[in-house]
Amino acid sequence: MLRTTAAIVAGKAARAAARVRGGGSAMPGLVAERIDPQFLAHALSGVSEGIVVVTGTNGKTTTTKMLAAILRAHGKRVFSNPTGSNFTRGVISAMLGDLPLTGRLDADIAVLELDEWHALQFAKVVTPTHALLLNVARDQLDRFAEIDTTAKLLGTLASMTSTGVVRNRDDSFVARLDEALFRPGVTTRWFGIDPAVADELPPLHEADARFDDEFSPPEPSGDDGMLHPQGPAEFRIDFGAECVGPLVLKQRGLAAMINATAATTTARLVLGEAFRPDVADEALRAVTPPFGRGEVIDAGGYPLELVLVKNPAGFTVALGTYHAEPVTTMVAINDDYADGQDVSWLYDVSFESLRENGVALTSGVRAYDMALRLDYDDVAVASVEPDLERALDRLIRDFPAEARRIFCTYTAMMRLRRLLAARYGLAGFGEETE
Amino acid sequence: MTSKGTIDLVHLYPREMSIYGDLGNTRCLAQRIRRHGYDVRVHNHDPGATLPETPHLFMGGGGQDSGQSRVEDDLAVIADRLRDLAADGTPMIMICGMYQLFGNAFITVEGQELPGLGILDVTTRGNPTRMIGGIVLDTDLGEVVGFENHSGATVLGSGQSAFGTVRAGHGNNGTDRTEGAVTGNVIGSYLHGPILPANPRLADHLISRAAELATGRPFEPGDLDDAVADQARSRQVRRLLAA
Repeated sequence: MLRTTAAIVAGKAARAAARVRGGGSAMPGLVAERIDPQFLAHALSGVSEGIVVVTGTNGKTTTTKMLAAILRAHGKRVFSNPTGSNFTRGVISAMLGDLPLTGRLDADIAVLELDEWHALQFAKVVTPTHALLLNVARDQLDRFAEIDTTAKLLGTLASMTSTGVVRNRDDSFVARLDEALFRPGVTTRWFGIDPAVADELPPLHEADARFDDEFSPPEPSGDDGMLHPQGPAEFRIDFGAECVGPLVLKQRGLAAMINATAATTTARLVLGEAFRPDVADEALRAVTPPFGRGEVIDAGGYPLELVLVKNPAGFTVALGTYHAEPVTTMVAINDDYADGQDVSWLYDVSFESLRENGVALTSGVRAYDMALRLDYDDVAVASVEPDLERALDRLIRDFPAEARRIFCTYTAMMRLRRLLAARYGLAGFGEETE
Repeated sequence: MTSKGTIDLVHLYPREMSIYGDLGNTRCLAQRIRRHGYDVRVHNHDPGATLPETPHLFMGGGGQDSGQSRVEDDLAVIADRLRDLAADGTPMIMICGMYQLFGNAFITVEGQELPGLGILDVTTRGNPTRMIGGIVLDTDLGEVVGFENHSGATVLGSGQSAFGTVRAGHGNNGTDRTEGAVTGNVIGSYLHGPILPANPRLADHLISRAAELATGRPFEPGDLDDAVADQARSRQVRRLLAA
């Protein structure tokens, strides 16, 4: 017990220091994890109504935020790691702000966003009651090496989950996990897109070359959530005859609608009888986009939208959302560890939808590689400025009175968001109010 | 402008063997062929399909283990045809997994020997550590830059030429500073990036051979502006050599 108290105090001190320095959401957790490896297990031991792990390649942060919002709207005390720091030590980091010195978290439900590898490390210490498996796409291959490996990680996580597993029926990697490995009595639920609509979408998922037979999604039951988009912004989620919506989210795009469907299906499973469609509807409408993920910033009276792109599937969906909407576009590509060091993936995305309006600027460490990629798709690029601050200055100076959109990789997004926060007085990272 | 001729470009196994963006090589070749004033037909060759009658240019990429095992049967079917075409001077660029399959054999970590096509005299052994990162080569076609991500360690046969010499990165095996292999107009390499867009001299080298095969006349290049490609390459070379 003394050791845990020491861990909390040390972690809290580091957290305060990191905040003063202006960022770094994973570092304080590292301090606490080193002092007490059982820290997580102890902290979560009082959380009685569910420990939900949200994982997959795309949409973790948005989905976690939506799921926590729906559960809170149902009167639950929810602990979550909302900053997009999806490693175990990021979870600890987020916890330190809420922990009393007993070291036990005062919450009914924990909703934790973890990447595929850290989700497994977490499950080895604390058994998740529920796992929400979003999708498997090529991302950060220099970390996980192969997409098939990522699928295996999710299968192992599912096999360690005690109560319920929610899966994406349209993603063959997630849908084809071997249920024989699941614990006996575990409930399986699906979320997905209405098949009539799915056919009209750009390809969302990676080719799965592991099997001989063609993949066909499982039939949905009345407990599975099916997304029905109704126009570009409005949609409803059907559970058989029960329905959430129609509603419009604050966050733009189809990816956000899919995430809302995943979050709602999971909330319905976790809450059981207590789930109320009208409460979920209201909660989803109020969720603001997480930083840099379809977030619209008022930059000098005209909107500036930050769209995080991490992999071919995510970039393709983002482009498919906007089509040829007239807007001034910038693309910022970095190749740090958190971005993925191999930028080859840009060639698995088709940029034809940008051809009509062209791209005003490319930026980031790989600005010229991005300009080259666009050139091979016959998309005109007006200028190239690798320095992010100078590129942002130029975008705002040369295009002051119109809508602007920046597609950016993770570290480019973090830097741009900081520059914009300083310039327009926005809330800083970690200071988001719910 | 009238077309200077039509080039048939074959992408071997785009579904199974292009997970690291190697599709970009096909996009780059097709676009440059058009910009040089030729027409291009892109044939996506899936397992079980028939090769076009007179292919002029082949591209093959990297895949996962599952993809590699799924193309082996088809590769056995078209093996003789590929060997004949290679011997007749058909240009081919084979990256990563397909480079390994164009070699003599792949020997797994467990010691199992999987035979290759033997078009390139190289042998690859499974390796417990992965070779990952940016890479710079000196080649007969100048500096070439890319990204490597492979666990196989490849060794050249005694008379086999390398594609390049490693200036930064691992290359074939991380020890002898060779990268890739060249026999006639067949090039094998571990470089993703993808390799061709930022290294247009290499792309045009392949296209020139393909154009000659397709038309029976010397290659008649168009006037292409490669300033952006040159910037992308030289900046990356500078970064990697400085690291």
